Amino acid sequence: MTAILEILGLDAGYGGARVLHGVDLAVEERGIAALLGANGAGKTTLLRAVCNMMVRASGEIRFAGTRIDGQPTEEIARLGIGHVPDGRGTFTHLTVEENLRLGAYTRRDRDGIAADFVRVFSYFPRLRERRRQQAGTLSGGEQQMLAIARALMMRPRLLLLDEPSFGLAPVVVQEIFRILAAINKDEGMSMLLVEQNADIALALADHAFLLETGRIILGGDAALIGGDPSVRRSYLGY
Amino acid sequence: MENFLHQVLSGLATGGLYASVALALAMIYQATHHVNFAQGELAMFTTYIAWTLVQAGLSYWLAFVLTLGVSFVMGVLIERIIVRPIEDKPVLTVVVVFVGMLFIFNSVAGWIYGYDLKAFPSPFPSDAWYASRFMSAHELGMIAVTLGILTLVFVFFRFTRLGLAMRGVALNPVSSRLVGIRVGWVLALGWGMASAIGSIAGIMAAPIIYLDPNMMGGILLYAFAAALLGGLTSPAGAVLGGFVVGVLENLAGAYVVGTEIKLSVALVIIVGVLLVRPSGLFGRTLVMRV
Repeated sequence: MTAILEILGLDAGYGGARVLHGVDLAVEERGIAALLGANGAGKTTLLRAVCNMMVRASGEIRFAGTRIDGQPTEEIARLGIGHVPDGRGTFTHLTVEENLRLGAYTRRDRDGIAADFVRVFSYFPRLRERRRQQAGTLSGGEQQMLAIARALMMRPRLLLLDEPSFGLAPVVVQEIFRILAAINKDEGMSMLLVEQNADIALALADHAFLLETGRIILGGDAALIGGDPSVRRSYLGY
Repeated sequence: MENFLHQVLSGLATGGLYASVALALAMIYQATHHVNFAQGELAMFTTYIAWTLVQAGLSYWLAFVLTLGVSFVMGVLIERIIVRPIEDKPVLTVVVVFVGMLFIFNSVAGWIYGYDLKAFPSPFPSDAWYASRFMSAHELGMIAVTLGILTLVFVFFRFTRLGLAMRGVALNPVSSRLVGIRVGWVLALGWGMASAIGSIAGIMAAPIIYLDPNMMGGILLYAFAAALLGGLTSPAGAVLGGFVVGVLENLAGAYVVGTEIKLSVALVIIVGVLLVRPSGLFGRTLVMRV
């Protein structure tokens, strides 16, 4: 297996405050890696560092073999990294359809874009019903779906997902994770999933990394990590 | 009654000028949360360029189009060279820079062209068939040009990819970068467009109020009133505000305060809006999470 995303010795932080210390992490081509950790461990910071957004970072980040660290956020996106950000990043005053159009902003293939509208609506039928509605009026779950759909419109090779379960009802979380599994299976899209909800993340992922106060303390097969008694105690609560 | 109609119609004509400048102000405010105090002077400066081109023998409409092009490029350059470096600086710094630009454009225009009033041609001959008792040919032409440009701008924002990107950047620059939009360039193009729209107001105003370095002072004040009234965060509101303010100004001048202190109508509107409804009629209240 080759890695689509490789992170080596990543330090990152905001202003003077260092959040990440020498993080190593890899996401395999067509794989799903889960990054678990408590509040404030640095999970969101790590995703931001990959996209060079709002953080100061040093270290090596490779996407599909090429160095991307230090490049502007928009150029990293154009290489094929779709980021579903913390807080969902909805364009609140635009319609659902306009949000999705912006997702396809870098593409010129009209037919391909039209086909992708059909494709994301088949994953998220509720967005089709609400396509003319202002995105800010959607429920939290629908906005999360919209954020994922917007990223899919870029046809990325790697999807970064920042706590897609955050603040959502369990039934909605299950629906979203079922769809993520389908996208990974049908399209072979690689994913790096940041979660506090370790149970559901470990069920989806094939690899998992445990982040504690800015350092990776454990990494490996998701099933093994899910079976580790100390992990179960600290992160799964039983 | 006839006089009333005349006042309303010619108010709509000048309202178109305020609407254009207010639109330029709102476009920039919406995208960057900065008020470009130099918007009027930039328009004045480019109107001098149009005058120079016409003097050099170019046809009016060729000079018009060339001037808009120059104005667009100036807007882009100002954003990239002057505004970009101060983007994240405190509000006061930004205000001082914009006010500084206002004075720089004003004095450079005076230095190059002098302070005497210059006549500026109108492309709409005063004996044209569409001239009437209620409205001069130039006033009517001015409304037509303004409405034409505003329609184009609306179509651009509503139906084009770049227009959608501009709205996206104004709403959420971080998300815009994440979908691959080159936010810096989009902002610069927005500045270029705003600058060109402002120039149209300058070129349309010059045949009526004559060309001089201080010609845009009053118009900018009214445009501020219009943008505030409609809402600085709403380009469509700012445009509507422009027409409303134009008519109000004329009616107040004719029936209430007289033409001498007409300018204070703008100030009354500005203070009134800020007191009663600071986000304007159509603007959004900005809620900041701290």
